[in-house]
Amino acid sequence: MKPLSALLFRDMRIAVRVGGGALMGVLFFLVVVALTPFAVGPDLALLKRIGPAILWLAALLASLLALDRLFASDHEDGSLDLILTGRAPLELVVAAKGLAHWLTTALPLVVAAPFLGFFLNLDGAAASGLVLTFVVGTPALTFIGLIGAAIAVTLRRGGLLLAVIVLPLTVPVLIFGVAAANAAIAGPVSFGTPFTVLCALTLASLAIGPFAAAAALRLEIE
Amino acid sequence: MRLNAAELTCRRGGRDVFSGVRFSVGAGQALAISGRNGAGKSSLLRIVAGLIRPAAGRLWLEAGEPELSIAEQAHYLGHQDAVKPSLSVRENLEFWTAFLGDAAIKAQLALDSVGLGPIASLPAAFLSAGQRRRLSIARLIAVKRPIWLLDEPTSTLDVAAQQRLAELMRSHLAEGGLILAATHSTLGLGGGQYSVHELSLDQTNPPPFDLPAQRQEQRT
Repeated sequence: MKPLSALLFRDMRIAVRVGGGALMGVLFFLVVVALTPFAVGPDLALLKRIGPAILWLAALLASLLALDRLFASDHEDGSLDLILTGRAPLELVVAAKGLAHWLTTALPLVVAAPFLGFFLNLDGAAASGLVLTFVVGTPALTFIGLIGAAIAVTLRRGGLLLAVIVLPLTVPVLIFGVAAANAAIAGPVSFGTPFTVLCALTLASLAIGPFAAAAALRLEIE
Repeated sequence: MRLNAAELTCRRGGRDVFSGVRFSVGAGQALAISGRNGAGKSSLLRIVAGLIRPAAGRLWLEAGEPELSIAEQAHYLGHQDAVKPSLSVRENLEFWTAFLGDAAIKAQLALDSVGLGPIASLPAAFLSAGQRRRLSIARLIAVKRPIWLLDEPTSTLDVAAQQRLAELMRSHLAEGGLILAATHSTLGLGGGQYSVHELSLDQTNPPPFDLPAQRQEQRT
């Protein structure tokens, strides 16, 4: 466990220091959500209806922002070679890096979401339902993103390719995340149904993501 | 402990870089790998480090740890130094020692022995190329591994640091370690008490510049 915790703390430390990507995602999230009311206009009922969708869309795009550097920076400075020759299993290494990425980029989004919810006329109950879908859904975005980040590791500007690979895979997460949030606010559907599917999507991506990403890394490095 | 290779072939981008390479290095011995640019010195070391699969041939270790692969018993010092600019010198070293295994000596001692002790708390972004290389050399002594794979270890090092590296290599050999080093110059191990084998990749290669001749044939 020691190699993995060392890697976790190193990645988190790098993310919060100069040049790290920790605050980039949450700033992007803030900008998108803050601009939406200006674009849509002061129709409170409309804002309330599209609020969860705007927040989820912004969170999805924000979580992509720092993703292309996740393995690429380690590849460029030779760290990935040493990680591959190390004794820790690559699947667990990838999962540790994913966890560090989630803690530094997605967790701030979860914290910011209820405050930004007020911009979109969401009341307290709606905001707490939304936060719950964020807590459960964002790990799926990170761990699906791991696969794309591993595939694009050797490309110098892999950001766009990454988005093309990752976004289609995240569509189910977006659909059920927004559906659960809407159900918590108004919807005729009960909150439990889409929320359970969201949980299943996250568990599946937690199980598959590290193995797929590790396999992609092994191929790419050769 | 003895590292052996038989009939190793490396194919990169559809071209045979080298073929039929064989060597055998025992405990306390060093292998100096030489060859022109593109002869496959780095590729050979990366094959031993498990980062590239050989197209053919066999690589095996006698009397090593049976539970671990060759790469897991080796230190790999590549062209890049695996140094994160936003972490301090000490944080960089402490991460690699924690990741690679149990620290044999304290990080500060390892940094002192490569002359980086006084600047241990400086962010690594301010290091020169030679200092970054010394930081990655500190990794070799902070964690004990019997096999050292060094890819042109003396490039960017000044004369004093080259001598220091030679001292570290000598003590590694004296403790029964083995070294594979790709180099353009001598390793500076000197003296007859250390057995340094030479492996030149030039003879095992297809001739270097055969492309123009092929093009002419196609034209006629």
